[in-house]
Amino acid sequence: MKSKIYDSFDHAVSDIPDGSTVMSPGFGQVGVPRNLLAALNRQGAKQLTAVSNNAGTLDDKIDIGTLIEAGQVKKMICAFTAPTHPSQVTPFVRMYNNDEIDAELVPQGTLAERMRAASAGIGGFYTPTSVGTELAEGKEHREINGRMHVLEYPLPGDFALIRAWRADTFGNLQFRMAQRNFNPIMATAAAVTIVEIEDKIVEVGELDPDHIHVPGVYVNRLVKIPSDGIFE
Amino acid sequence: MSEKPKLERQAMCDRLAMEFQDEWIVNLGVGMPTLCSNYIDPNKEIIFHSENGVIGYGPLADEGKEDKHLVNAGGQNVTAVPGMAIVHHADSFALIRGGMVDVTVMGAYEVAENGDFANWRIPTRKGGGIGGAMDLAACAKRVFIAMEHTTREGNPRLLKKCNLPVTAPSAVKLLATDLGLFEITSDGFILKEYAPGWTLEEIQAQTEAELTLSSDAQEFRFR
Repeated sequence: MKSKIYDSFDHAVSDIPDGSTVMSPGFGQVGVPRNLLAALNRQGAKQLTAVSNNAGTLDDKIDIGTLIEAGQVKKMICAFTAPTHPSQVTPFVRMYNNDEIDAELVPQGTLAERMRAASAGIGGFYTPTSVGTELAEGKEHREINGRMHVLEYPLPGDFALIRAWRADTFGNLQFRMAQRNFNPIMATAAAVTIVEIEDKIVEVGELDPDHIHVPGVYVNRLVKIPSDGIFE
Repeated sequence: MSEKPKLERQAMCDRLAMEFQDEWIVNLGVGMPTLCSNYIDPNKEIIFHSENGVIGYGPLADEGKEDKHLVNAGGQNVTAVPGMAIVHHADSFALIRGGMVDVTVMGAYEVAENGDFANWRIPTRKGGGIGGAMDLAACAKRVFIAMEHTTREGNPRLLKKCNLPVTAPSAVKLLATDLGLFEITSDGFILKEYAPGWTLEEIQAQTEAELTLSSDAQEFRFR
């Protein structure tokens, strides 16, 4: 079998073309694939549709906001398109206010479930989330068991950039604590899944099959974060 | 405008936390609601859930003892407690939509007398910040709100009808403000407890919606 292990982040993202839909996880600064995002920033792909929980933060760490600031993202799909405090003017907020970037605002649970639907071959699902709000306007409504729901569609990706704790050479993945967040659903919702590994890549057979969070069949490329890489 | 002392944020959150029952699964919103976890009742075991898939986390980690991989919904480093479990984001929201969360405590800009509330968008600004609020508001068994009684400019936040885009209709059951504790029923806002020294009339003067004094109204309980 062809090895999934790549020697560098730059090599692992070199073929991501302009116009791709790129998923990148992370929640509360944990589980963000910063090394792969930095490599995609260097690679320079443009006109990307980015799927993430938020559109970047104000700190100087590399996240999806780095690619937004560099003009690589044409559309953001996320659960926050305005800052939680008006003083937090991120590059995304500035560009969004100037109509320089497009955005689709999705409730967080709907965002997660849309990706899961994409990975699971589900054509859509009805959820009570957002019923009676602006975000449900124009969506198909259906009453199910006496409760109103709205129809939501799957959200597939072309590439997922993933941060995991451990992998084996086949790409079976393990996450640690809250690092897991969106990682498994993005890894399974995207056509090509590229993973940066924080702890180590072990030989096939060393991980307990009962403790695999993402099966290796979903994983295409692995890069171990080198000692001088970004760990937090 | 009265210069009487109002309730502190911690007192407001303590009061809501007093309503948590043994073995409840509780989700605390970012900001003021996280103060609810400071209220500890040794007779109750509360299971704190966070949107990122942490089920059963403990108090904030001491400085220098943080596990960098373990955060709550606000990105604060919390501690692991025995029995804690981790799931991914889609399963975490399956737990929410599936009705497992007994109560979610959130902040808000406005609450209406029919239980509508607004906390995600100011129309004069582009975009909004929903996070998990709409999922939680629509699907948790109960929604409690902690917020200041009026805006910084002194305008009422307890309204007949929300002016801002709502997060969920008819969701709020209990509300703590810096002037008291309010239940929302089919009769609108019921004043259950009032801040020390405040009368119904004084609180009504800072409220757009009509308040009804509960038959068992009493002074605000701090413990």
